[in-house]
Amino acid sequence: MRNLRTRVWVLAAALAGLATAADLNVGPSGGSTVTAAFKQEGAEVESPFKRFSGHISYDPANVGAATALLEVETGSYDIGDEAYNAEVRKKSWFDSAAHPKAQFKSTSIKPGAPGSFQATGQLTMKGRVQTITVPVKVGTGPKGTVFDGSFAISRKAFGIGDPVWDGTLDDKVLIKFHLVGGK
Amino acid sequence: MKTTYYTRTAVSLHWLVAGLILAAVFMGWTMTGMEISPARLKLFNYHKWVGVTVLLLALFRLGWRLSHAAPPLLPMPRWQQLAAHGGHYLLYGLMLAVPVAGWIYSNASGYPVVYLGKIPLPNLMHRNRELAGLWRDVHVTLATTLVILVVVHVLAALQHHFLHKDDTLRRMFTWRH
Repeated sequence: MRNLRTRVWVLAAALAGLATAADLNVGPSGGSTVTAAFKQEGAEVESPFKRFSGHISYDPANVGAATALLEVETGSYDIGDEAYNAEVRKKSWFDSAAHPKAQFKSTSIKPGAPGSFQATGQLTMKGRVQTITVPVKVGTGPKGTVFDGSFAISRKAFGIGDPVWDGTLDDKVLIKFHLVGGK
Repeated sequence: MKTTYYTRTAVSLHWLVAGLILAAVFMGWTMTGMEISPARLKLFNYHKWVGVTVLLLALFRLGWRLSHAAPPLLPMPRWQQLAAHGGHYLLYGLMLAVPVAGWIYSNASGYPVVYLGKIPLPNLMHRNRELAGLWRDVHVTLATTLVILVVVHVLAALQHHFLHKDDTLRRMFTWRH
């Protein structure tokens, strides 16, 4: 009898856990930001992507089961100057006409210290795919669960930027995200 | 007796800064008309580095001038004395203001200034598109004023040399310890 009662409690707890596994939407309107910082002759210039959207499924009690999918419109990269914005949409950079979206899709989540995990997934840009691992910090903001992280990529690995820029523009580009989970 | 000469440091810095201002103006004028390219981006950086150098040297010149009095103006009408002093104050003010306005414009555009590609300078303003446009106008207007003032400065020196036949221009080429 006692055994059964215990089982009921465990089941109830598990169900409660499932109930808190949040399916979250992220986007710029919810206060989320995704930026890319490039470095030219020592000066780091960080600029935002104005349009992106994603879904994150996250349960604090079962972090390992979390999933994330984020899609960023490459044509929405805003350097702050229309001429430069138009330049980076060109074929030698993002080629936004042929590849309007960059995508990150998680493949595995490794829980870390409380409030953090490592997300491994596939980053697709300009038709090329790279596997990346990103350390993510989880926090709680006024609007809900917040995910913060950054990772470096090689722009050349994605064929972004003509080689004539190599002496001026670093290959390493830092992607930073601040994702606020909303319903 | 008061000296009638500038120090060697004052004369050297005068010509060095004159050359750097000319270079910065020429670069600024060239780069803004260029198509987007690595050369254009590099020219923007070099322009900033030259500007920061002018700012540093102008500060040093001010300190030098305060500790090493400039020789008094040569005899000339009162209005010319006033114009000369006023012009020199303005030149010093603009040697400081033009680079600082450019620095703020760069920061407001999202570009930190990294002197010689190695030394990051503090950010004077957060990225702000509207303010960037405003500071570009301030920078260009002040720089244009500086160019006009330099032209007047040169014409006045030539006037002293060829019309009044005094030593005003000559003493910018000679010094005595």
